[in-house]
Amino acid sequence: MSQALDTPPPTPAPPGDDLAALAARHGLTVSGARPTLAEYVRQLWARRHFIGAFSTAKLTSQYSQAKLGQVWQVMTPLLNAAVYYFIFGILLGTKRGVPDYIPFLVTGVFIWTFTQSSILAGTRAISGNLGLVRALHFPRAALPISFCLQQLQQLLFSMCALVVILLCFGVPVSVSWLLAVPALVLQFTFNAGVAMVMARMGAKTPDIAQLMPFVLRTWMYVSGVMWSIDKLTQKDHLPRLVTLALETNPAAVYIDLMRFALIDSFHASQLPPHVWPAATAWALIAGVGGFIYFWKSEETYGRG
Amino acid sequence: MAENTSELVPTVVADGVDIVYRVNGTGAGRGSATAALNRILRRGKAEKAAGVRRVHAVRNVSFVAHRGEAIGLIGTNGSGKSTLLKAVAGLLPVENGRIYTDGQPSLLGVNAALMSDLTGERNVYLGGLAMGMSREQIRERYDGIVDFSGINEKGDFITLPMRTYSSGMAARLRFSIAAAKDHDVLLIDEALATGDRSFQKRSEDRIRELRRHAGTVFLVSHNNKSIRDTCDRVLWLERGELRMDGPTGEVLKEYEAFTGDKSDKPKAKPKAVPAPKAPAAASA
Repeated sequence: MSQALDTPPPTPAPPGDDLAALAARHGLTVSGARPTLAEYVRQLWARRHFIGAFSTAKLTSQYSQAKLGQVWQVMTPLLNAAVYYFIFGILLGTKRGVPDYIPFLVTGVFIWTFTQSSILAGTRAISGNLGLVRALHFPRAALPISFCLQQLQQLLFSMCALVVILLCFGVPVSVSWLLAVPALVLQFTFNAGVAMVMARMGAKTPDIAQLMPFVLRTWMYVSGVMWSIDKLTQKDHLPRLVTLALETNPAAVYIDLMRFALIDSFHASQLPPHVWPAATAWALIAGVGGFIYFWKSEETYGRG
Repeated sequence: MAENTSELVPTVVADGVDIVYRVNGTGAGRGSATAALNRILRRGKAEKAAGVRRVHAVRNVSFVAHRGEAIGLIGTNGSGKSTLLKAVAGLLPVENGRIYTDGQPSLLGVNAALMSDLTGERNVYLGGLAMGMSREQIRERYDGIVDFSGINEKGDFITLPMRTYSSGMAARLRFSIAAAKDHDVLLIDEALATGDRSFQKRSEDRIRELRRHAGTVFLVSHNNKSIRDTCDRVLWLERGELRMDGPTGEVLKEYEAFTGDKSDKPKAKPKAVPAPKAPAAASA
């Protein structure tokens, strides 16, 4: 039996130009090419139900093997808060001159965790889901956005726990609690934008996922999660630039906004200057910039 | 479709396609720190010296597929069949060349989108949404999907988490979800081999039905019988190269001779880099 090595294909493939011309003549499009930005947004919008369903599915599958099941969604943040109360409230007995320290601390921890876990999940959004990326067709931005949405849902459970804690510590219910909604919308936009930037970088260089925990921990300590930036900057030994950096740090902005909204003893005077414009600017810069940055590399995701 | 004339309308055009996988951490020093450092310092020079191995999975493949054709892809393990299919679907970027398609080819498979901790019911919705169906479409076809999978034949299993299913049951549900959507250009990767005999029969019927709606069908399979039953043209890939392209009977005859008699090996090709199965198998 002679081997087929030298058998010419029965339908000989014409050289390059002809095939391209043939494709063009019949209106074929390049497979896997990056769509225009407007088209990309349209595709993403068409997949909004998938984004929602995927994030909820991830969230529920998290505790599905536990006996208490979804009760853990509220139990986990409550236990977290209990640990912080034990360490900072009882063991260290520290108030650091901050009124309502426990609500102050727990709000900070929850809001920071939202940003932190969104960014971490974003870093692995593409590199950790190559199976999905290589099997199905959808705008890849759906993945980082979906992971941020999962974290947002997680945060909403934490917020329920937070309300219980606030009421336990005698923080009165007030109209300003409504400000939490726009603050969360802005923070979500910011998180999603950063997550998309990290997703693209993580897809190219998976090593970033190893580095991020350290970057994020450093970021946490300068963001006033456990201490008051306002108290520090009032001491005024700090160079102007450091103060400015501390006050415009997006994480600090979103944390302080939430404290201002929820805790009555946290006054507007403790907020960094121009806090709402700063929060909006960060959300727009990260959200729009991150989206475009992610889209620019759309056709390369999934490369082995 | 409507203007179905005798003239051949191309639906997929592959023009000199090369696909290369890059695998990190295969250098001489493997994962040692010095090797990694070396890799960073020498980045951009020679990828090979830097410990990144390039695996050339598909080499310079060109073909034109037309509307109404059912094309089989054959070749021994690791010959680049699944990789080529993924590139046609636009899921894997090509290194050189271009692939032109009419509309959006879709791969028959939703495995990666499903979550074993969720109930079968929620997975039907999740898988459907992942394939781009709307909630209404899924609601309409939900009963059909469940009936077709036969999951509920032995009790109310659809409301149990998928991790409790036997592997056959899970495979049946996955196929049922994947086959629920209509496709322009349909790419099937060895999907015929799932489930028990009666389910195989049903899925073959379903694929034939999908073929009628789809413009072009690509089928990857090691089962020469199912290729013979479904395809009228076959592409034979070996080591990433298109070795033969022609009518099913002719190509299969050559292929069977090739696989049947191992002693009659082809004269070794200059570059004997075996294309690894790993990247393709991960999602198969």
